[in-house]
Amino acid sequence: MTDTGATEERGGLGAALRERFSDAVSQLAAAGALIVVFVFLSIASPAFLTADNLFNIGSQTAVVAVIAIGMTLVIITAGIDLSVGSVAAFAGVMGVMMIVDFGFPVPLALLGGTLVGAACGLVNGFLVSTAGLNPFIATLGMLSVARGLVYIFSDAQAIFGTPDSFRLLGQGVIAGGIPIPLIVTLAIAIVGFIILSRTKLGRYAYAIGSNLEAARLSGIPVRRYLTLVYVISGALAGFGGMIAASRVNSGQPNFGVGLELDVIAAAVIGGASLFGGQGTVIGTLIGAFLIALIRNGSVLLGVDIFYQQVIIGVVIWIAVFWDQYRRRRLASSSE
Amino acid sequence: MLAVDGVDLEILPGEVHVVAGENGAGKSTLMKLLSQVERPSGGEVEVSGEPVEFHGPGHAQSLGVAMVYQEFALAPHLSVAENLFLGREPGRAGFINRRSEGEEAGNLLRRVGLDVNPARLVSGLTVAEQQRVEIAKALAIDAKVVIMDEPTATLAEKEIEGLFDVIRDLTSRGIAILYISHRLDEIFRIADRVTVMRDGKIVDTLLVNELDEDKLVRLMVGREVANLYPKPEVEIGDALLRVSGVSRGKKLMDCSFEVRAGEILGFAGLVGAGRTELARAVFGADRKDSGTVELDGRTLKIKQPQDAINAGIGYLTEDRKGQGLALQLGVDQNITLASLPMSFGFINLAEERRTARQRRDELNIRTPSIRRRVQVLSGGNQQKVVVARWLETKARVMFFDEPARGIDVGAKAEMFGLIGELAKEGRGIVLISSYLPELLNMCDRILVMNEGKVAGVIGREEFSEERIIALATAGMEEIA
Repeated sequence: MTDTGATEERGGLGAALRERFSDAVSQLAAAGALIVVFVFLSIASPAFLTADNLFNIGSQTAVVAVIAIGMTLVIITAGIDLSVGSVAAFAGVMGVMMIVDFGFPVPLALLGGTLVGAACGLVNGFLVSTAGLNPFIATLGMLSVARGLVYIFSDAQAIFGTPDSFRLLGQGVIAGGIPIPLIVTLAIAIVGFIILSRTKLGRYAYAIGSNLEAARLSGIPVRRYLTLVYVISGALAGFGGMIAASRVNSGQPNFGVGLELDVIAAAVIGGASLFGGQGTVIGTLIGAFLIALIRNGSVLLGVDIFYQQVIIGVVIWIAVFWDQYRRRRLASSSE
Repeated sequence: MLAVDGVDLEILPGEVHVVAGENGAGKSTLMKLLSQVERPSGGEVEVSGEPVEFHGPGHAQSLGVAMVYQEFALAPHLSVAENLFLGREPGRAGFINRRSEGEEAGNLLRRVGLDVNPARLVSGLTVAEQQRVEIAKALAIDAKVVIMDEPTATLAEKEIEGLFDVIRDLTSRGIAILYISHRLDEIFRIADRVTVMRDGKIVDTLLVNELDEDKLVRLMVGREVANLYPKPEVEIGDALLRVSGVSRGKKLMDCSFEVRAGEILGFAGLVGAGRTELARAVFGADRKDSGTVELDGRTLKIKQPQDAINAGIGYLTEDRKGQGLALQLGVDQNITLASLPMSFGFINLAEERRTARQRRDELNIRTPSIRRRVQVLSGGNQQKVVVARWLETKARVMFFDEPARGIDVGAKAEMFGLIGELAKEGRGIVLISSYLPELLNMCDRILVMNEGKVAGVIGREEFSEERIIALATAGMEEIA
């Protein structure tokens, strides 16, 4: 009896190590793809490895990456937030209006836009956690509502007239060439990482996504945390909308149509599972940069914009298929 | 390692052949090989003396080998008749002949003793009825061998008797039943022959009258199990938990009981009598219309589980995977789920690991690493993880809802040993079980429920199966 116990222990330890590395490996694979694409583009296009272009990629990715960090949190709870594109547009336009029409100082407007997004998230969170709507439906509704509202408030017109200081967030540089939006993205990613790994919110998000009923019966206030998750997603969508507005120095009511697809793709490529319980900030960041590189590379290499879409779709298939294959193998090896 | 290794098994027409063994002994894998869900790496299967090649489940069915799964393979949104003929719809040119489908279905359902309209949706049937539909499906393909994988796992006692009647009827027509089980009581009730598996190999095949309970357990476990129900001597103290007048719709009517320190109180009753509902209402998992809960003489306001947990009540659910564990999280994270160690607003990971290691050693949770996903542990060890979670909350009253369900004989003895220990430490324990020997051996008193009411409470000196069954079924008409 003791003998078999000992061998089990050893076999099990191997499996445990495999399991512990499995998430890391998943990210390594995405990171590997990122590096491969990077190296390929460096060789294939002389315009790629230039300060200007890298700067561009860094700041372009910021919007998707920031919003995708919130999306990761939502997906971990087995939810989805389809409204982020509309909410980003709504928040961006409202933030710009605060400056132009109401004379808010820029920092206050940034906060204001973020809060507009958070308010949309609060509605989503309430509909999901308390009214019991399916997240897909609740946020599909918000996708339409927020888009409608932004057209109503802006008369479907772009809003101009922001001061130069508003450009800083989306176009600014510090320390001799590092884009501010990239710094902001990394800062938010670090906070997101700490939330997921070291706070109740993060732990409970994983628990809720893994087994909502078990979480509830363990005394976790599920409604409160689920609502909070959507509020954060909305707030980050709102902040992402402000970055986007800053990049074009205006409020664009038709910004972000279809943005939710890139955001979800980033999270999923980075290993988040739509069934809940799985996902990491690092993975999502890698996913966001991979998409950005593919986009950027396609432009540089003169690939038709329609083919870009095809390529990104195929990347999603491969990433998710590979992830599932790996998990299945892990599950069967540990039986 | 092979899940099933060099197994020789012979099934005779008209017999009930039980394959017994602990979880992981290879029973289910063997059945998957026979029904061609999985491909064997060697060996052969003969049906009626003819060797059979491997082509997948459809092929197995065409040879007359049908499988009734633990979790049914029915389409809930289709009707009973549609399910029976799924993939083999009568009719021509792509159109389904609904009338002949209905008639044919009616015939099959009669043969399995199921009196429902074939046009009803499967989702509206009870679990027991769905199982009959599964069996009827086997008859629809003219099966010679019907494989049943732990068919009683989700049935109430009465439904089990009905199932056994159907099985006896099938065998009298020459159909062989291959019956997988690890429940000792039913093995002796239904089996003609018993094949015991352990570690993927067959230990022995015996006629059932060559066996007794001790011998069967010894063969299954591979060693002596001294005592399945180790109940320690405990000095029983004062009332710890007092529940009075709990009602909830028609499920619970004016239920009252008390649990004393060091006492194990059993909840007996038929499935649906309200045992789980009562535990959930006390714990705050379900709303209650009225009633009070007192702990140590203090009235508690319990609106949701966290209120009960804060007050010192724990509830180990009957559905471990569905309601107990966050399967993708680690052993450590599952243990601390209800009592995260925090410092300065952040999870104290070092403390979490220390706690998890301590509980692992204390409860003898067999896992190579506390960071291992709980998903891959055996049923018994998973159950211990849930127990550890409740110990971490410092629960003084623990509800155990079917704690031995789906775990090995060895792990079962360990689980009951643990429950005994918890009582000895002065906790109040409520033990819910559908298997009377567990209650009779472990409990100090048994509360019997009947249709949402407390039908009676029996002290240990007056324990008898007959009395419990009488209380549990009093006032009910016979159901087919």
